[in-house]
Amino acid sequence: MSAPTQSTPVLDPAAVAGAARGTLLRLATAGSVDDGKSTLVGRLLHDTKSVLSDQLAAVERVSRDRGLTAADLALLTDGLRAEREQGITIDVAYRYFATANRSFVLADCPGHVQYTRNTVTGSSTADVVVLLVDARKGVLEQTRRHLAVTALLRVPHVVVAVNKIDLVDFSQEVYERVEAEVRAVARELGVVDATTIPVSALDGDNIAERSERTPWYAGPSLLELLEALPPSDDPAHESFRLPVQLVIRPQGAARDEAHRDYRGYAGQVASGVVRVGDEVVALPSGRRTTVVGIDLGERSLDEAFAPQSVTLRLADEIDISRGDVIAAAADAPVPTQDIEAVVCWLGDAPLRPAQRLLLKHGSRTVQTAVRSLNGALDLDNLHAVPAEALSLNDIGLVTLRLAAPLPVENYSLSRRGGSFLLIDAHDGRTLAAGMVGATLPSGAPAPTEPEGDEEWEI
Amino acid sequence: MTTTVNTTDTKASPAVPGTGLDPGTQPDAYASTSDDRRLSQLDALEAEAILVIREMAGELERPALLFSGGKDSVVMLHLATKAFWPAPIPFPVLHVDTGHNFPEVLAYRDETVERLGLRLVVASVQDYIDDGRLRERADGTRNPLQTLPLLDAINDNRFDGVFGGGRRDEEKARAKERIVSLRDEFGQWDPKNQRPELWNLFNPRHRPGEHVRVFPISNWTEVDIWRYIDREDIPLAPLYYAHEREVFNRDGMWLAVGPVSQPRDDEQVETRLVRYRTVGDMSCTGAVESPARTNAEIVLEVAASTLTERGATRADDRISEAAMEDRKKEGYF
Ligand SMILES: Nc1nc2c(ncn2[C@@H]2O[C@H](COP(=O)(O)OP(=O)(O)O)[C@@H](O)[C@H]2O)c(=O)[nH]1
Ligand SMILES: [Mg+2]
Repeated sequence: MSAPTQSTPVLDPAAVAGAARGTLLRLATAGSVDDGKSTLVGRLLHDTKSVLSDQLAAVERVSRDRGLTAADLALLTDGLRAEREQGITIDVAYRYFATANRSFVLADCPGHVQYTRNTVTGSSTADVVVLLVDARKGVLEQTRRHLAVTALLRVPHVVVAVNKIDLVDFSQEVYERVEAEVRAVARELGVVDATTIPVSALDGDNIAERSERTPWYAGPSLLELLEALPPSDDPAHESFRLPVQLVIRPQGAARDEAHRDYRGYAGQVASGVVRVGDEVVALPSGRRTTVVGIDLGERSLDEAFAPQSVTLRLADEIDISRGDVIAAAADAPVPTQDIEAVVCWLGDAPLRPAQRLLLKHGSRTVQTAVRSLNGALDLDNLHAVPAEALSLNDIGLVTLRLAAPLPVENYSLSRRGGSFLLIDAHDGRTLAAGMVGATLPSGAPAPTEPEGDEEWEI
Repeated sequence: MTTTVNTTDTKASPAVPGTGLDPGTQPDAYASTSDDRRLSQLDALEAEAILVIREMAGELERPALLFSGGKDSVVMLHLATKAFWPAPIPFPVLHVDTGHNFPEVLAYRDETVERLGLRLVVASVQDYIDDGRLRERADGTRNPLQTLPLLDAINDNRFDGVFGGGRRDEEKARAKERIVSLRDEFGQWDPKNQRPELWNLFNPRHRPGEHVRVFPISNWTEVDIWRYIDREDIPLAPLYYAHEREVFNRDGMWLAVGPVSQPRDDEQVETRLVRYRTVGDMSCTGAVESPARTNAEIVLEVAASTLTERGATRADDRISEAAMEDRKKEGYF
């Protein structure tokens, strides 16, 4: 194995300027313990010259103290004392790097089942999940669980890195076997566009550059793939929604006399586009009005789009407060008190029917009761099975009754409008990630995939 | 005496030769493209920070914002100003004064508080040393001593949330922390048992006696901070820009000659062109040699740097592998 060489970031003014203009891509790792997630993130940082010399020196020093002959790149993200003692990842580490046209946030997630809630944390905001599979071991229980979570969260892109290809003599046959195995699981879980790559995170094969040691692989390196991933959809194709976080009414405290009568509704555009002159509706009240101004700080805008944080001024003084949603009048969601949802249960104590909890959706928190528990995902056969309770890290289907109507949307149509938290009313703990209208795989036999060359899709 | 650098003047200076980067003549260098409605990286970071600040203002009863006068807290304050505009920031700012601060930074702090009409709460490490609640450390650094006055100020003022300017790219323990991070009744962080943080749904609920620390600029890097300062023309304390100063070299760092940092016999005092990348405790915060006098020059310098800002300037972080994690577990920023 080759020792990483000293990395010296080179000044590339185009990259400095480009990164500021370019888009932000959020990546999360997934996969079972020891499949090489942290090493892959370290390798990606190292090979893009994103590791500064004092960071690398610190990692080399710790590696040497442990008797390793090369720097353990996993130490770039495994930064907690307990992680270094045990050689594992406990919680998500966030690292950053930029290329000429993109900035990346890397979330390196843990593999252990007991830390699944941290992996859910890391992938809930991801644009792409890189799922690692050890070429020698193939699909393990945690591979399934993480793929199930990725599918449920509807992470837009999935890349499967078949890792440690160096340990199977760069064998095409092994790679294809593992690839077929992952694809079968992905298909059952409804993941459609998974791209697979043979890599060695340790040696760097197919990470930043294509490897000569896998001549049978004609696809891109991981970095090439990440740079080419299409950015998120144009918000113009979505319906406008803005959960109101605050009502801004400075009155006598205005920073400027001219704003004494200012009244604005502050929030982040959750989806879509809003323009001055648009007709909007406040939910749950259903009152209609027109947007007369959009402010971002002192700047006035003609339009705002997701995910900008802005303040809307409206034509009429209607009753709107924190927690309400302002939506496009033409296709506003209908508030409801009854929802069906899939939840990833992240609490230490189990979820049971009839339990009372708090539910946070957008900027609104309401009481809720679990009407029924309709099943849980069995990770062995990937089917829904009957369940009396959900334990830590279980995925289940529930029916909830809300204390007040909320304008929730189907998660498959809107990640923001369909997601919610379940919260312990006593100690404030976050107990579950919920997705409105999601379903569990039904257990119908998966259609077999047509034979032929897999084209990599990006 | 004016203690701030007006960046509008410095922007009139010529472009950095050979770089092709001149935000002065390219006002849109950092802007999002409006034709395809995709936020630039900097705009996306700004939107996320404002979301977090507003959400916590909505959820918490009595938040406060840690303001030291350093660049990260200045950016955070600027974001808060935008979040509530045209209303004033609806909470006080809190400064833990080590007694080892750079005078220029304290002057900048006071001026900013005055300009924005904020209420400033100061927790003084010196008071704690004077009345015996804290003892000076053998190595003279007061950074670790800030924890007790900070926690007392949070308790005394019944703050239930404190905004901090910590960034994940600063340090490997910070890289692990949530944007909204729970502290127990002793102010402790438990990195092995953090609350899940899902989507953009932030949950700061906690039991009485507990509080949250909130880091709206978690995902910003040092270069992002400087790009933003450049784009928004945010005035900063003058020591962030190249100036001549009497310094001496200790452990590879340039320390300023001053009341709390005197050269030893074998350390030579020289006058050098320096600037500060961070402005902490004067006794252990080093300057870097630099000719960068404008924000645009600093953006390029930081992007080209081979050292992290803490690696280059903080002696206290070199003490042990897990110095920051240990301090944070006890309730440090
Ligand atoms: N030979 C080989 N070893 C690897 C590769 N990737 C990771 N490893 C080793 O596998 C072990 C686990 O790696 P780590 O990155 O900590 O796995 P994680 O638990 O998924 O984060 C470490 O000893 C790595 O050095 C690889 O591509 N080839
Ligand atoms: Mg790991």
